[in-house]
Amino acid sequence: MPVKLTVTGAAAVAHAMRQINPDVVAAYPITPQTPIVEYYAGFVSDGIVDTVLIPVESEHSAMSAVVGSAASGARTMTATAANGLALMLEIVYIAASYRLPIIMPVVNRALSGPINIHCDHSDAMMARDSGWIQFFTENHQEAYDFTIMATKLAEKENVLLPVMVNLDGFITSHGVESFEMLDDGVVREFVGSWNPKYSLLDTKNPVTFGPLDLFDYYFEHHRQQEEAMTNAYKELPRVFEEFEKISGRKYDFLDLYKVDDADYIMVVMNSTASTAKYVVDQLREEGHKVGLVKPQVFTPFPKKEFQQVLNGRKGVVVLDRAMSFGKEAPLYSLVKSSLYEVASRPSLGSYVYGLGGRDTTPEMIREAFEDVLQGNLIADEQRYLGLRE
Amino acid sequence: MVPNIRDIVGYVETHDWGFTQGHRLCPGCNAPMVANWATLAAKSMGYEPVVAAATGCLEVSSTIYPFTSWNVPYIHNAFENVAATISGAEAAYRSLLNRGKIDNDKIKFIAFAGDGGTYDIGLQALSGAIERGHDFVYILYDNEGYMNTGNQRSGSTPPGADSTTAPVGKSIPGKLQLKKSIVDIVAGHEGVYAATAATAEPWDFMRKMQTALEFKGPSFIAMLAPCVRFWRIPDDSGPEVTKLAIETKYWPLWEYNMGVYKVTKKPKTFKPIKDYVAKLGRYSKLMKRQDANEILEELQNYVDAKWDRLLALEEISKDKPIRTKI
Ligand SMILES: Cc1ncc(C[n+]2csc(CCOP(=O)(O)OP(=O)(O)O)c2C)c(N)n1
Ligand code: SF4
Repeated sequence: MPVKLTVTGAAAVAHAMRQINPDVVAAYPITPQTPIVEYYAGFVSDGIVDTVLIPVESEHSAMSAVVGSAASGARTMTATAANGLALMLEIVYIAASYRLPIIMPVVNRALSGPINIHCDHSDAMMARDSGWIQFFTENHQEAYDFTIMATKLAEKENVLLPVMVNLDGFITSHGVESFEMLDDGVVREFVGSWNPKYSLLDTKNPVTFGPLDLFDYYFEHHRQQEEAMTNAYKELPRVFEEFEKISGRKYDFLDLYKVDDADYIMVVMNSTASTAKYVVDQLREEGHKVGLVKPQVFTPFPKKEFQQVLNGRKGVVVLDRAMSFGKEAPLYSLVKSSLYEVASRPSLGSYVYGLGGRDTTPEMIREAFEDVLQGNLIADEQRYLGLRE
Repeated sequence: MVPNIRDIVGYVETHDWGFTQGHRLCPGCNAPMVANWATLAAKSMGYEPVVAAATGCLEVSSTIYPFTSWNVPYIHNAFENVAATISGAEAAYRSLLNRGKIDNDKIKFIAFAGDGGTYDIGLQALSGAIERGHDFVYILYDNEGYMNTGNQRSGSTPPGADSTTAPVGKSIPGKLQLKKSIVDIVAGHEGVYAATAATAEPWDFMRKMQTALEFKGPSFIAMLAPCVRFWRIPDDSGPEVTKLAIETKYWPLWEYNMGVYKVTKKPKTFKPIKDYVAKLGRYSKLMKRQDANEILEELQNYVDAKWDRLLALEEISKDKPIRTKI
């Protein structure tokens, strides 16, 4: 029987990992990710799991070690945030190109500098072109559920890509909330066992991983990574369906909230979606036809789904918790470009919010909604919520 | 059991080499000897080597897709992380054995890296992996510079040797700093087996390799392995040059085992360091300088002092390991 647990988001993720019981986990602390690896080290220490834990000396080595481990055929995980992800980044690309199904919760935090330990999505956006699948999660339940689904997806033979499960620093990782935890046995059966086709430990059939890949093949290999992303996109609905069967929770690329008859739609990721849903409810009560779209899958980017849901609306505002200096904010630019081909384009507005953990209040969300309701949007203008100018 | 020559010859006649033909290292390069002998030592002892390598000459020249010279499982990850990569593989091995997912207990992990990937950018990962006590043999092929990128200085480049980022010029006589003593740095982790070796002494290397393979924990062998191209020496002279390095105290052969030091080759007479320096084209600009003799004298005093110190360490540590477990 599933049980209700009231714990931090970090504990929820650690429980998902405990139930998956990977062969190897690499651990290195960085706020606000630290409690995940601490919980996990506790599970190992108490003999609750029999994972081999590698308490590495840096995130660069964490990612390097998980590459060595996953290439050896072991189911492998690690977790990080912000500067840790930045230090890993060189190897993050390598992990994807070796097609290793590594799972990594990323507890989103502002990227230095200046140093700041609070939530924004600059870390995840830095890695958005690395070839990893990226999920974004609103709360404990989603962080838990997507960690389990990530394992299932990553190891599909036609996918074989690493996955980041993003959750908001402190807000989700340290906030205490209830979530429903599945039975250990149910999770174990759902993820099954991992038997890779190629392993570094298969001495009978020696394989060379990570060769020098010059101009005569590199391009083709990158083309294959793209193919794997396309396959991930195709496999995801099946993973969602299978997960619904064991949990009763129905997921999709986009979480749609009161959008059916909405003329005006806000797009926002992760925990801020909760605040936005509250504001949508308020505005609905006031008679405004507003709704919310929350992408849960960011890479592969659900372009078609965005087109379907946004085509023909009057106005759309996109909220980004990261900047892309000198260019449009990352989520906004993708949503905007996906609308290039729809029959009836909505007017669009770009809003940056919450950098470095800046509190995002219902009033700020409302401010963005008011712009769209009043037709006061300029597609080429980046606006800021809660910024002192 | 130490493999003897007959066993090894017999082995070579009937088995595949771990590192085989088709690589594109320069003719005369000493790096492939290291890869060959290390995998041979492991295989002839009945082990199944799993290899990781850092970016560098050995790696880029041996795995040009779709070809590979490696006849054993091999992984290259990046320049600075071979020790971390092998940590992960070794941890996976322990986990999968423990869970009964594999049953091959013959695997031994061997990491290869150049001096740049070891003394400099890879030092942190190496230190971390040794401190954590992973069971692997790390083999440094020390050619005293970043050769793959075209002869830049490394933490191993000796003073006065010409390199492109510390060239011997009109006002500065090349690299000013001495080489780091990497084996001492590794020995500083205490719970480790660490040794020097040289391509002139394959048998000494084989014996050390055997100790390293049977050592339950991290072990490290630093092999002086000339880059014939940038040392500006004849293609067929690598081992001859490392022989001279041993005979001039430039590269003493010794080992460290859990606190106990042992000098593994004690030449009866020594040659002056000048003989070694004069042999290497990389020093020719230095030798033309007016202050060449002063620099050589400094170097002579240094290698003498290091040798004396090594003998003293051997004496005081005799039968006195500082650790009995990792
Ligand atoms: C992070 C990073 N910095 C720099 C390089 C470029 N690079 C590749 S190999 C190399 C030098 C390797 O030198 P060494 O480890 O001594 O091996 P050798 O080439 O001498 O065999 C450098 C600088 C790299 N690949 N990665
Ligand atoms: S450049 Fe030097 S180290 Fe590199 S392959 Fe040639 S001889 Fe060997």
